[in-house]
Amino acid sequence: MSPATRHHILSVLVENKPGVLARVSGLFARRGFNIFSLAVAPTDDPTRSRITIVVDVESAPLEQITKQLDKLINVLQIDELAPIDAVERELMIVTVTVTPASKPALLSLTEEYSGAVLDEAGDRITVSLGGTPEALDAFTSQMGTAVVAYQRTGRIALPRITS
Amino acid sequence: MKTNGGAALIKALELEGVDVIFGLPGGAILPVYDPIIDSPIRHILVRHEQGAGHMAEGYAHATGRPGVAMVTSGPAATNIITPLADAYMDSVPMVVITGQVGTAGIGTDAFQEVDTVGITRSVTKHNELVTNAADIPRIVREAFHIATTGRPGPVLIDIPKDLVDPTNPNSALDWYWPDSVDLAGYNPRLDGDPALIKDAAQLIIAAERPVIYSGGGILKARAAESLLALAELLDIPVVTTLMARGTMPDDHPLCLGMPGMHGNYTAVTAMQESDLLIALGSRFDDRVTGKVDAFAKNAKIIHVDIDPAELGKVRRPDVGITGDCRLVIDELITALKQIGAPEVQPDRSAWKSTISGWQEKYPLTYVQSEPGDLLKPQYVLEQLRDNTPDDCIVASGVGQHQMWTAQYWKFNHPYTWINSGGLGTMGFAVPAAIGAKVGRPDRMVWAVDGDGCFQMTAQELVTAAAERIPVKIAILNNAYLGMVRQWQEMFYEERYSEVYLSPDLPDYKMWAESMGCVGMRVEAPEDVLPAIQRANEVDDRPVVIDFRTDAREKVFPMVPSGKSNSDIVVGPEGLR
Repeated sequence: MSPATRHHILSVLVENKPGVLARVSGLFARRGFNIFSLAVAPTDDPTRSRITIVVDVESAPLEQITKQLDKLINVLQIDELAPIDAVERELMIVTVTVTPASKPALLSLTEEYSGAVLDEAGDRITVSLGGTPEALDAFTSQMGTAVVAYQRTGRIALPRITS
Repeated sequence: MKTNGGAALIKALELEGVDVIFGLPGGAILPVYDPIIDSPIRHILVRHEQGAGHMAEGYAHATGRPGVAMVTSGPAATNIITPLADAYMDSVPMVVITGQVGTAGIGTDAFQEVDTVGITRSVTKHNELVTNAADIPRIVREAFHIATTGRPGPVLIDIPKDLVDPTNPNSALDWYWPDSVDLAGYNPRLDGDPALIKDAAQLIIAAERPVIYSGGGILKARAAESLLALAELLDIPVVTTLMARGTMPDDHPLCLGMPGMHGNYTAVTAMQESDLLIALGSRFDDRVTGKVDAFAKNAKIIHVDIDPAELGKVRRPDVGITGDCRLVIDELITALKQIGAPEVQPDRSAWKSTISGWQEKYPLTYVQSEPGDLLKPQYVLEQLRDNTPDDCIVASGVGQHQMWTAQYWKFNHPYTWINSGGLGTMGFAVPAAIGAKVGRPDRMVWAVDGDGCFQMTAQELVTAAAERIPVKIAILNNAYLGMVRQWQEMFYEERYSEVYLSPDLPDYKMWAESMGCVGMRVEAPEDVLPAIQRANEVDDRPVVIDFRTDAREKVFPMVPSGKSNSDIVVGPEGLR
């Protein structure tokens, strides 16, 4: 993973229409910038979707890309979320191998992460976990070689409520 | 009223005030070509879809109204991508309608299918694949709104065949026409921020060596009068970029002419030595700045542009103002007067005399040809310039002939110079001139073209002859891809690689005649003027003059690529 200092989170409110994601991602692809994670879903208003993009890029080109994103007709609003000003969550489902000895520890760790057991057979168990991206990183590294496969949603974020 | 998608499309175009469509029919767009027969809109049948796109651009450049082109799917759509990219780079308002295979066929590799909206996404301001015939009036209305407002640009509408075919139930809709356009994500800011205008006024009034850097945005904003008023109020010199030739009359004492890679010494150096650049609708293009780090190092920057993404893209402004150039300049004039302009400005007589000293010392020069030698292209241009009306529209292709025209023509009116600046599209001249003449039939329209460029789009002279569009083409035929030859001579030790074209193959005079044009060939200086005069008298068909020019002639001044503008080379002797 690149240094966290280069990670930027963009929260992009768009029209919920075909091709909009391609327009947005195309601006990053054109400059050779890798999108680190991406989460898209409709908002409370079904005609609109929120795209949360985590991208590795220096600040200056990001400012330019943000302005260009804003030019897209289907893009309604863009907020760059500084981690300190945002609440973030990510969901992960992970399959791990367990032994009778290690299973209780996994279950208690899952509970610690407010997770749930989704599936279980033989020596494998699949759990879902939600948390900050850093917490999920910590979980997978704690599981080490027991991890068979995992899938993460990419982070979603909203600005902190200011009173 | 019950109608169908094809009829609704044509009716929507009529309601948008479209008077001409440049196009070429084919399978997927066929149903739309039936209602055209009964429409008052003039359709001009091109010979290649690229021609339709450049004609629409030429029309838009000359009139300020959006150009419209309509072509079919697949290869027709790919053929019009170059004009789309060209219009996107030069902010030309244009609406292109492409046919698409029927809805059920999309994504099946159907005959003449390409992913048109996918391919054109990065070269259009916006594009839309129509998925429902009932959306057609709204999408057309939005397309024209987007193409013509804010920073203008090309918009493409891709329409599947079943939605316009009256025999298909998918094409049925109840006619309506939207009262207004409602695009939540599109609200260009027009007026400048008053606080920033005040900041800009303070910078201007304190500057000792200011230069106004006028760009193509002045034309898009119809701001030439405001620009003149600002320059005259403050007595500040103006450089006019390649896209802005004519925004300030060349015969005005404050006009310094064109800056940039082939700009004149005074325009380039005035920018370089200024302490304040007032950039109005210009975008610090690499051809203007040269090496960016070395560009106008001691200048503060005021940058006005309707596109906020331009502010700080290349050079961070001291004051960046998002807004329409005409409105912002007018607001700036008011703010300047409020703080005492023009009386309270510093004495700039030293700056003015420095500039006039450069003008005297480093004029544009060339050496007239010896008897028996080929013509000097600059001489042909001087003759053309001096023997055409002051408001003659001139279009060009891309290369040496384009630079010489930009340098030697006297542009005293806005909207008289039409060229491909950003994309640098060879072959632009002939179709762009045709489009301009269609839009401004009252004006004389000349294209100055190179022999390489001419061969790329000459077939559109068939269109012009068939439609009786009397454009005039001056080919500066030096038998080479001249600009490439110039670079090979200067930077590749005269190793000429794949640049020779031959002066006689094709025979341009015969080719012109075969296309229904008057064809002429001129080899001697004394024959230049009579040929131009004869061409000026022809008003029922196009004219092509093959001017045989000296291939050794190079475009000067020149700032070598990647070099600082302070390293400008004034002439072939390489001395400052």
